[in-house]
Amino acid sequence: MSGSLRRRDVLLAGAAFASVSLSGRSDARVYGGGAPWTPGIAPGLADVPQTIPGGDFKFFTTAEAAFIDAAVARLIPADHLGAGAKEAGVTVFLDRQLAGPYGRAERWYMQGPWHDGTKSQGYQSRLSPAELYRAAIRFIDQHCRQQLGGKGFAELSTDQQDSVLKEIEKGKLKIADIGPHAVEIEGAKGPDGDTFFAVLMQNTIEGFFSDPIYGGNRDMVGWKLIGFPGARYDYRPYVERHGEKLDLPPVGVRGRPEWKDQS
Amino acid sequence: MVKKLPSVDVVLVGFGWTAAMVAEELTAEGLNVVALERGAWRDTPTDFAVTFAQDELRYMWRRSLFQEPARQTLTFRNSMDQTALPMRHLGSFLPATGVGGAGIHWNGQTWRFLPTDFVARSHNEARYGTLPEHMTIQDWGVTYDELEPFYDKFEYLCGISGRAGNIKGTIQDGGNPFEGARARDYPNPPLRMVYGPTLFAAAARETGHKPFPCPAANMSRTYTNPLGVTLAPCTYCGFCEKFGCGNYSKSSPQTTILPVLMRRDNFELRTQCEVLRVNRDSSGKRATSVTYIDTEGREFEQPAEMIFLCAFAQHNVHLLLLSGIGKPYDPKSGEGVIGRNYAYQVVSSVDVFFDDKIINPFVGAGALGVGIDEYNGDNFDHGGLGFIGGGYLACWNTHGRPIELHPVPKGTPKWGGKWKEAVAKSYLRTATISTHGAVMSYRTNYLDLDPTYRDVHGRPLLRLTFDFGENEHRLSDYLTDRAAEIAKAMKPREIHAKKREGHYSVVPYQTTHNTGGAAMGSDPRTSFVNRYLQSWDVSNLFVMGSTVFPQNAGYNPTGTIGALTYAATDAIKSKYLKNPGPMVQA
Repeated sequence: MSGSLRRRDVLLAGAAFASVSLSGRSDARVYGGGAPWTPGIAPGLADVPQTIPGGDFKFFTTAEAAFIDAAVARLIPADHLGAGAKEAGVTVFLDRQLAGPYGRAERWYMQGPWHDGTKSQGYQSRLSPAELYRAAIRFIDQHCRQQLGGKGFAELSTDQQDSVLKEIEKGKLKIADIGPHAVEIEGAKGPDGDTFFAVLMQNTIEGFFSDPIYGGNRDMVGWKLIGFPGARYDYRPYVERHGEKLDLPPVGVRGRPEWKDQS
Repeated sequence: MVKKLPSVDVVLVGFGWTAAMVAEELTAEGLNVVALERGAWRDTPTDFAVTFAQDELRYMWRRSLFQEPARQTLTFRNSMDQTALPMRHLGSFLPATGVGGAGIHWNGQTWRFLPTDFVARSHNEARYGTLPEHMTIQDWGVTYDELEPFYDKFEYLCGISGRAGNIKGTIQDGGNPFEGARARDYPNPPLRMVYGPTLFAAAARETGHKPFPCPAANMSRTYTNPLGVTLAPCTYCGFCEKFGCGNYSKSSPQTTILPVLMRRDNFELRTQCEVLRVNRDSSGKRATSVTYIDTEGREFEQPAEMIFLCAFAQHNVHLLLLSGIGKPYDPKSGEGVIGRNYAYQVVSSVDVFFDDKIINPFVGAGALGVGIDEYNGDNFDHGGLGFIGGGYLACWNTHGRPIELHPVPKGTPKWGGKWKEAVAKSYLRTATISTHGAVMSYRTNYLDLDPTYRDVHGRPLLRLTFDFGENEHRLSDYLTDRAAEIAKAMKPREIHAKKREGHYSVVPYQTTHNTGGAAMGSDPRTSFVNRYLQSWDVSNLFVMGSTVFPQNAGYNPTGTIGALTYAATDAIKSKYLKNPGPMVQA
């Protein structure tokens, strides 16, 4: 479908009458004589995100995926209320996020020198999110094997997993103490375990509650759990329906599971 | 090699709210205006259409409309004895990149400051005596009454929905009785009200307050502004702040000015062009041009008769420091003006948990809410309280986006089955009362250039040294206690009062209300610009935006930014263009 028309093409189409490139190669543009949009090109199509394709992991190894499956299943477990993070596809969500610009910290300021800093100065690790996950999983698995009878995190009982996660959450483990399999970068002190835990919990919530196009929130289980109707854009009929449980079925930016995905 | 371009009348650095307003005003006078914007062109149908704008991960959490720290950030420390470190990703505040600036993703909460806010030092000294020595607050050099016509003009440009509380001195039922007198009512009636704020209004009334619908740049009905641009009624979609409005219902440069401005032959916008410095002549008294770089790394020099800094608050300060214009502030001597009097906002909240009431948080808009103003500014007697200033309390119902909003009662575990259960139980049944407190300016809260870290162009990053003072903590605790009292009067199962404790941190989102660094005033020793936002030193250089606030008040800043901008363009049209030079004698 014409959804493949990229945003840049629209800009270039617009450029024919509305804007002039300052040079052959630069993205810099001059606009004048009207707003640069082209009648006849369906608005929005240029920028619609596509549903991520399924299939193999792009970032995690099989062992790493097993770790994440186990960890997110403790953070948001399946229970009498319904699916948890694992069933919602959070591992696939995380895999695609870490394989992409977020995982590479593409928008982050990642120049040294590096110092630990204070809590109020925020994240100061030289590890991108993808590197942080890789290092932390390796470290935690190794820690578990040494302390808990040779078993990796995913093989532990759920009670044991909970106590390991609590240790990490409280910052008792430092990811830099990784031992022989450390991600060794000169000058790296490594983030505290609680830094990794905060990132993991935030990303798990993101995967559980974001639009299903990103691979998590499968069948909108996160939204159904709480009663969020999703990507709707007109609630005018409901403004004054005070105190009423609306039970609107959720909608994603590409529709609902029962609608045929047109991508 | 730097390519020198033909001179123009006016060059604007950045292209958000203030630049669009200045461009519209001065092109209407026949001047040739060029705007330089470091980000790309953005517009409703291509960048945040209703078919995909409601994507929480993309816009909020992957920061799609916001500034990229990889290109520009600042370093931060709480105090001068610490080493400032880069803010590596965004958190506490969310500046924008691109046409429309933060005017795309703001809430639309459009307030006027109180008359006493503009005379903060003289008023508070007169009523409460000497202020602490390290507190450097000052009067603005302009009064509320002088700004009133320009508040009005900005509110009518935007089509603000609200209810007046004071028309020409007569208090109006249902409005904010504490506001300064206004010449006429808001252009649009208040938004329709959802349940949470309605419960808050009843509880506030019961506890002796005067609640009112908060002024909103979300349209309560179809509105055509004085430029002839039409906005559509808000649909309460709940993807407003941190998002672009897909529905032409939130005022922004795109929805109020650009459709007119972009058609004018004497206006030109150059995108993805980042200004590196402002150049002056050998006397240092006249700005001659700006140097900018495009995405290919080519540098251009754009000469102009008048230069306006219209970038985000602290970016204007960064540019002044990099250009060597104005005397950099020295916290030891207290001398100098560039970087002086940086301030912010102190916010807290109280979550109100119900068993029996369905709040439906997702039916929302960025400025949909009910507020009270009894505890703002000097609307109450501060005798014995140990602080000055204040803030509003409001029950907003801006959104129900679940990655951001999943309140749980105090004492709930932070993860696991009990957390999940609490989230599921609370999501539809929780309202929140927010407090929005003023931040004073202090001798040791300031901006300068970082000695170590560099931006993508190799320039020193801006360094922020900032912490909340005793005044801010006392003020915020006082507001939070008042909010908790009203929360209890809403008869919930339980409340969770979340005070602002400890040092300021760049990690959790608070507000994008960064202010100061090139203050306005009536004394060149303590201000960089005069009441018309004109540089004392370089009279053809103007600084727009919250950069010029000498300290911050207990309101969102955009209404005041709009008023100051129109006050400046009015003076430029009536005085400066006839006789270029200083409009105020120091």
